[in-house]
Amino acid sequence: MTTTTAPTPAPYKRLTAALGTGIPVYALLVVLLVALAVTDPSFYELDRFLAFVKRAAPLVILAAGQYLVIVSGEFDLSVGAIVTAGVVVAAELYGSFADAHWLVISLALVLGGAIVGLANGLITTALRVPSFITTLGMMLILEGAVFYWTGGSPKGVLPEDFRALGRNSAFGWLPWAVLVCLAVGAFAVWLMRRDFGRTLIATGDSERTAALSGVRVHRVRVLAFVLSGVAAALAAILVGGFSGVSAQAGRGLEFEAITAVVLGGVVLGGGRGSVIAAMAGAFSLQALFTLLNLQGVSGALESTVQGVIVIAAVGLGAANWSRIRRRSHSSGGTPS
Amino acid sequence: MTPTALAPPVRATEPVRRRSKLTDPAVGVWLAAAVVIVLGWLIVTIDGGSFFARANLTTILSNCVALGLVAVGQSAVILTGSLDLSVAYLISLGTLVAAETMQDGSVITGILAVLALSVAVGLANGLIVTGLKVNAFIATLGTAFILRGYIEDNYTGPAGQVPASFRHLGYDRIGPIPVSIFLLAAVAAAAWFLTKRTRLGHHMYATGGDEHAARLSGVRTRRTVIIAHIICSLCVGAAALFLASRLGAGAPWAGTEARYDLESIAAVVLGGTALAGGRGGVAGTLGGVLILAVLDSVFNQLSVDPFFKNVVRGVVIIAAVALYARRGRRSA
Repeated sequence: MTTTTAPTPAPYKRLTAALGTGIPVYALLVVLLVALAVTDPSFYELDRFLAFVKRAAPLVILAAGQYLVIVSGEFDLSVGAIVTAGVVVAAELYGSFADAHWLVISLALVLGGAIVGLANGLITTALRVPSFITTLGMMLILEGAVFYWTGGSPKGVLPEDFRALGRNSAFGWLPWAVLVCLAVGAFAVWLMRRDFGRTLIATGDSERTAALSGVRVHRVRVLAFVLSGVAAALAAILVGGFSGVSAQAGRGLEFEAITAVVLGGVVLGGGRGSVIAAMAGAFSLQALFTLLNLQGVSGALESTVQGVIVIAAVGLGAANWSRIRRRSHSSGGTPS
Repeated sequence: MTPTALAPPVRATEPVRRRSKLTDPAVGVWLAAAVVIVLGWLIVTIDGGSFFARANLTTILSNCVALGLVAVGQSAVILTGSLDLSVAYLISLGTLVAAETMQDGSVITGILAVLALSVAVGLANGLIVTGLKVNAFIATLGTAFILRGYIEDNYTGPAGQVPASFRHLGYDRIGPIPVSIFLLAAVAAAAWFLTKRTRLGHHMYATGGDEHAARLSGVRTRRTVIIAHIICSLCVGAAALFLASRLGAGAPWAGTEARYDLESIAAVVLGGTALAGGRGGVAGTLGGVLILAVLDSVFNQLSVDPFFKNVVRGVVIIAAVALYARRGRRSA
């Protein structure tokens, strides 16, 4: 008892260092999950909770990809358009090759996402176009191309086996989407603990310092964009399975992903924040949507509440963060 | 040529300064706009249309007005190192407020109501960015969400009505020139004067260039950022008034359908203003707006698929900024 009432500074420091800049988002997530439990006690029944995670999966995956780009000091506004394009392209591919294996189509989408990411990365680094503009242009191009190709109204259906990943469950209870989400999360954490992650954060923190210390800044950034494109393609597969073909499939997802990442305490401009916190930000956002739904807040007012909470959470995070940093000097930039 | 190498540094800076004026991004943008106009004229003429027909000129100019007003405001915040993503929803709400106030009251109260709304939103944006230290991207995105929720909760379709006297702003013209272009000209001239000729403007450039250095040199950077946001929102309010007079009513989709948030940022960057702040200006932005409007008109005349238009637009924006990056010594 005595040890818990008088905590020594060392474990406290270790705790803050482990949680890093993500403390506000973990607190927010806990508050939201408790609020969900109070509003709807059956929320934590296994299938309901897994359904919640399943709905959150695309956003979490997008947030992981977006995190890589943001921590390296850039933006990716094209992910929403990649999701829309992915869903529509999948339907069009099935229109031409009706009996294609779902794995082939999925791989094609992932490859497409990687190519878009590669283009984003090369334009941003080699042509030195600010990524905000690169990916904004890419968003216009992708959306325009998809609608031009489909004559304005994407149609066609996705077969059951393709949609299984987004809507069905393994062993009858564990949704595939949850597994995909876990796999992506684990991969992202592993990536950030490796050399790549450290050089990525170094690049975002100070491009020049990183370059002078031998980091191939351009290559690292291009890779971050490619991974973000791949993440968006994966999200497209899940979204397509979950809600079918729609021209609105990915609309606004880019802003939701960026919001989630920033909610996770990741600093726009790069160099700080952890990928776990970014994904926790995505879960918080989804929990917030669910909570507003359960509370019966009208769909229209939902975005108002979302706006207020995002501003408040980030404002709070900014305030807390600077105090923590002053206390433990420069422990920022801890990966994962 | 050799003596210049030995000349004292003071003189050596002379030609450099003159050259930097010639390579001022705004000059390049207007040259590019001229090239686009000539090319557009050629293409449309070959296609059998007439680019310089009065109707077409009027359309181009009035298409410039709304985006131009928003983009001029956007330049002010981007120069200061900030950003405003809430402009689209502010336009929508502005048209609704204008139309509803003018339906019951006079035109003047409508205008005042919209401007008051603009000041409030700009002040809120500025205070969130400076006071709460929320990144401008997130802060104004948050404001946009708040405005969107309010609009969607209270309006399902067009509302209010604008009196006939106010619709003159949207439809009257002198020869081929719509009167609304004078509104844009006045706002742009005011913004140009403010940014280039006043102390506030210098503070805006200083804050955008290096906020820390500016603060250490005695610039009240917070106040500057807040004022920049208010200026931006006022310009957006003017755009909302113009669109209200054009539409004859308020519409919840007035600002969002044309994506004024991202389009205005694209126009500003197309106009040679650095997204990071501190460099560029209103004159270049107007050139960027003109380029986008002329492209639009050429595509319309050729009856190009509207979706294909977006593809070309994306390519043009990326290509233009890539060109600036090549010309500039440092990338933004």
